[in-house]
Amino acid sequence: MARKTIKTAPQKTGAKKNVSPVVDAQAGYVRTEAAPLLPPPPSEVGITGWLYKNIFASMSDFGSIGGAVKSILIAFLTVVLLYFLITQTIGLLDFAIFSAVWSDPQGLKREVCWTVEQGGALPIGWHAACWPYVQAKAKFIFYGAYPNEELWRVNLTYAVGAVMLAWVMIDRLPYRKIVGALLLTAYPVLATIMLTGGSFSISAGAIGTYTILGLVLITVGRLGNRGYFSGAFGDLAMVAGVFGWVLVLFAAVLALFSVDFSLAAIDTSDWGGLLITLVVAITGIVASLPLGILLALGRRSDMPVARFLSTVFIEFWRGVPLITVLFMASVMLPLFMPEGVNFDMLLRALIGVTLFSAAYMAEVVRGGLQAIDKGQYEGADAVGLSYWQSMRLIILPQALTHVIPGIVNTFIGLFKDTALVSIVGIFDLLGAAQSTLADPAWSTPVQGLTGYLVVAAIFFIFCFGMSRYSMYMEQKLSRSRNR
Amino acid sequence: MTQPQNTAAQAVDQNTVVSMRNVNKWFGQFHVLRDINLSVDKGERIVVCGPSGSGKSTLIRCLNRLEKHQDGDISVHGIELNNDVKNIDEIRREVGMVFQHFNLFPHLSILENCMLAPIWVRKTPRAEAEEIAMHFLTRVKIPEQASKYPGQLSGGQQQRVAIARALCMQPQLMLFDEPTSALDPEMIKEVLDTMVELADDGMTMICVTHEMGFARRVANRVIFMDEGQIVEQNEPEAFFNNPQSERTKLFLSQILGH
Repeated sequence: MARKTIKTAPQKTGAKKNVSPVVDAQAGYVRTEAAPLLPPPPSEVGITGWLYKNIFASMSDFGSIGGAVKSILIAFLTVVLLYFLITQTIGLLDFAIFSAVWSDPQGLKREVCWTVEQGGALPIGWHAACWPYVQAKAKFIFYGAYPNEELWRVNLTYAVGAVMLAWVMIDRLPYRKIVGALLLTAYPVLATIMLTGGSFSISAGAIGTYTILGLVLITVGRLGNRGYFSGAFGDLAMVAGVFGWVLVLFAAVLALFSVDFSLAAIDTSDWGGLLITLVVAITGIVASLPLGILLALGRRSDMPVARFLSTVFIEFWRGVPLITVLFMASVMLPLFMPEGVNFDMLLRALIGVTLFSAAYMAEVVRGGLQAIDKGQYEGADAVGLSYWQSMRLIILPQALTHVIPGIVNTFIGLFKDTALVSIVGIFDLLGAAQSTLADPAWSTPVQGLTGYLVVAAIFFIFCFGMSRYSMYMEQKLSRSRNR
Repeated sequence: MTQPQNTAAQAVDQNTVVSMRNVNKWFGQFHVLRDINLSVDKGERIVVCGPSGSGKSTLIRCLNRLEKHQDGDISVHGIELNNDVKNIDEIRREVGMVFQHFNLFPHLSILENCMLAPIWVRKTPRAEAEEIAMHFLTRVKIPEQASKYPGQLSGGQQQRVAIARALCMQPQLMLFDEPTSALDPEMIKEVLDTMVELADDGMTMICVTHEMGFARRVANRVIFMDEGQIVEQNEPEAFFNNPQSERTKLFLSQILGH
């Protein structure tokens, strides 16, 4: 042992076996043997270690009076909080499961959840969930007034979306990029046609005009690529080419929308419940991220016009409450429209929600952009990457990783804010559940609690899912970078 | 590019890689570069030294437009450096740069760091870009680190990767902006060795550095800058043994004095 080779003296406390080496001040000291690697004490590892670190660490200081008082207080608080946690959990489980009424075999409706006092069969003082009510209203809570015989269309849309999303999220599967691209491009078109029934009355003239205009612009772009235009016109021609492709794709989507797939047309005013919540939330989430990124880049741009427009947009949409936006969309917008033009109410709400959350997203992304070291921009510039290349390949991947918590925060906020569309007459999950409370056939004292419990549980599942997935993403990204 | 004086300059000397004529630059009120005239020939190895704040870094950063000069003419490789984005892109393709803080891309592996520019800027096919990247990683003696991430490497290794990344674009000119200033003493040597090898291979280099040993051994010419001006330039022997200006003498006595 190394200790034997040096002079040692017992510690002041003396009680412990450990003795600290004291080097003689006069003599030089050279270690001749390596100090041994010892196993950690039990307070660092295993179950004891875990308990110590996570529970007892803050209440084990009895060295001084102050420390002892603090430790006892914390221990007391811990016990009180544990008591509340346990009783609340038991109360919730009792309400939702153990004491709940699960079925209504005789078709009694509201009477199945009545106590003796109220004219039913349940004992006096009974207070628990009335699940038959939820069963009876499930279709309305999940789909609104969507016709029963067409529900398969919604379910099929859900199923396709869920499979594609799962495919993209599971790391081991092949072709994830292709599936992801389809999920963002083909799937929205498919979902729109499936849910609405497609076969919109779009004039062939409009489609033709867009196509021809698009083709012309693509040709201009091609000519620009081959260098027929000089200087700034060359760049303009490139932009025109890209815009041309967008127009042609837009025309193709319009053409698809106008095809008659012999699906019954279902007006969006018949949609409701979870369907509306998912449509609004997912559209908002998917559209607001790219829009927010563009706005954030615009706000940091060197070009004064882009910077000004982005700033105005962001500050305007952040400055008004979402409820105002929705009221504007439902009441004011039609006033500005020419006579006879009727914009779908759901579409108006979708656009409002998307623009609103894009402004928030832009500021989150801007925060990430500001965290990127100037050296990264210079490194990208110095190897000759163009602005868009360096943003796409160098800056944004790092900036977005930094702000995953903020982005998901905005997503979750958006998901829950969809409940606000009910004030402009669109029945989202919460609105649909609330409207079922008015049905006298199911009027019981526990009806409201049961309904809200279901709504809360559904919201929680989606939001918690997003939160967990974002944490997984953070871990994965930080692992791959070893930081 | 159509400016007559530029074509004239090209006709005079095909060998000129960098030419700066009467270059001035200001940061707000502050006059950082004052009337800089500099011409660098192919294969020349220039060391720029001087006290901090003397404009050394700004000088070389003007050569690939990381900084914009306000007055005077700069042409690199016969291309006039002006506001034309095409010219800037063309120059950046031909000029490699190594930074004090490496500026590697932390979210990409070492190999990807090196392949990125050839693939996206030179449009090199992937397989070929990988071959080039491995070639230069071998040359800076860290091919075995190719699949790691920058954060897993030591400072010296990171700087060598940064050199390899710049070389992968097969540049005509390499700029070094204090490449060893952020390194531990133990790692300075491995980076300097790499730079010496590069110089021996005939690369045109402009280095801002305080490594006077490196300057003595490698440079054709040492440039001393102070307060935004080129105060003195000479061959290393003459520069170190027989400095002319008082300012140079003072600077050399301070950095070589201990």
